[in-house]
Amino acid sequence: MGWELYVLKAVAVLLIFGGVLSVVPFLVFFERKISAFIQDRVGPNRVGLAGPDSLLEAFGFRKGTRRVLGGWLQPLADVIKLFTKEALIPAHADRPLYLLAPLFAVLPPLLAFVVIPVGQDIVVSSGVLVKLQVADLHVGILFVLAVASLSAYGLAFGGWASNSKFPLLGGVRAMAQMVSYEVGMVLVILALVMSYDSVSLRDMVSRQAAGGTLLGIWDCDGDWIWGWGLFHQPLAFVLFAICALAENNRLPFDLPECESELVGGYHTEYSSMGFGMFFQGEYIAMMAMGGLLATMFLGGWHYPGYAWLNASDSLLVHLLAALIGLAVFGVKMLGFVFFAMWVRWTLPRFRWDQLMRVGWKGIIPLALANLVLTAALNLPAPAPAHEKPDRNLTAVTRDR
Amino acid sequence: MDPQGRPNLEIAEYGTALFLLLLAVAVVGGLLVLSRLVRPHNPTREKQITYECGEDPLGSAWLRFNIRFYVVALVFVLFDVEMVLIYPVAAIFRSLTVGTRDWGPALVVFGELLFFVAVLFLGLVYVWRKGDLGWIRSFRVPTEQGLRSWKRTAAASVAPGEKAG
Repeated sequence: MGWELYVLKAVAVLLIFGGVLSVVPFLVFFERKISAFIQDRVGPNRVGLAGPDSLLEAFGFRKGTRRVLGGWLQPLADVIKLFTKEALIPAHADRPLYLLAPLFAVLPPLLAFVVIPVGQDIVVSSGVLVKLQVADLHVGILFVLAVASLSAYGLAFGGWASNSKFPLLGGVRAMAQMVSYEVGMVLVILALVMSYDSVSLRDMVSRQAAGGTLLGIWDCDGDWIWGWGLFHQPLAFVLFAICALAENNRLPFDLPECESELVGGYHTEYSSMGFGMFFQGEYIAMMAMGGLLATMFLGGWHYPGYAWLNASDSLLVHLLAALIGLAVFGVKMLGFVFFAMWVRWTLPRFRWDQLMRVGWKGIIPLALANLVLTAALNLPAPAPAHEKPDRNLTAVTRDR
Repeated sequence: MDPQGRPNLEIAEYGTALFLLLLAVAVVGGLLVLSRLVRPHNPTREKQITYECGEDPLGSAWLRFNIRFYVVALVFVLFDVEMVLIYPVAAIFRSLTVGTRDWGPALVVFGELLFFVAVLFLGLVYVWRKGDLGWIRSFRVPTEQGLRSWKRTAAASVAPGEKAG
């Protein structure tokens, strides 16, 4: 029993990696469709074969012009276009850094997926355990924090190396913004680490699935959703969601690349695949943040009834339970991505000084308060008045 | 321990992480190289000019920028280092406090935590008061009354002869 485990592991890694990469073009398409829906437009509906324009039409509602998969082949067209466009490198750019920056934009968010558990453990046969997680690093969330902060380099390099004014402004802003909101995010996660008593994301999910006294206030039942971090750390949930949007440079925090004043921000001078990599990196980062949010606050792969399904002896039911868990995780993760797209058309962009104020004067003090509150709530339960806890101990000592 | 009873070596897990990193570098690099083979390549001088709204760019972009960005970076380093020091405490806090009636260690740790957070907060208050977190230096907005009196003095200071002229 040696190499099979490695094969299983490799398959799991490839599935997670391939899954993340292949979802990205569709996310771009969905963002365009959702934006169109929110603004009461049609959105991309041309690239396809012939037939229904949207899902609604496919099921018989809103019948109109029929195109098979109208618009649904847009992701493919986008990829081909990015692939075949000429890449222009500005003559005065710092070439090594310029070429390195897109890599720094894509790799860190991908690496964040290393520690995010996407599903429950599958016990294939006696003793063979497949973790639906790339690697169960004990440092867990610290690894994500370490890796995610590297992505700021991608934006800063891209902005600086282009030797152009708009990208420089975008890059400098990106650095300051990501750094500011990282402080808030790290503080928020600190309270969660205290609540879950672990830095491992895997442990966090199992704590939420098991229920119990997560915060020390109320004893919750793990069968239903009351064990989820959302109900135990509501303030942390809100703060984390805000920080996640800011770390991903999504509206209302998209100052590093705001189209209306900085053209394209840090990626103004990028074309072809260089631009494509920045774009991809942004969406992967969104998914990674969604994955973190789902893992820490929404119970990860946990869903009501999971314990009941896993109680069965049948391997098939076990696999089904794991599959449902995987799907549930995907829905939670993409739910955040949808939320980010929704917010984009709801809130206007912050001004730079407002952004700094929200980060330093709003989120950080609140996160500090949340941390102290969490610690205070987790202090030992006060002993009932009639009970003197130390009496036995002193008696024993005296005997000795 | 894994199900076979072998110690679960942390280093092996890092190996998997490294595998993913190598895979990612290979795929991303492969995409970049593949795209290089497919796409056209005929740069001209005009194409390689940096973008500046269609005008010829004026000089290099590697100029000095606002000093406040450095200040933010400095404050960040300070905060980050302090927060990293709280992580170990947070990770073991509940194991010291929950399920026990013994207030001794819990209170010591809680006190230390409070002290640390207080130091952090003090730092925040210091930078806040110093005005390093506000991007635009605050200035007094003139009140209605102030504006009116300013207009009066301005009107009075204009010589009658000038007005006629």
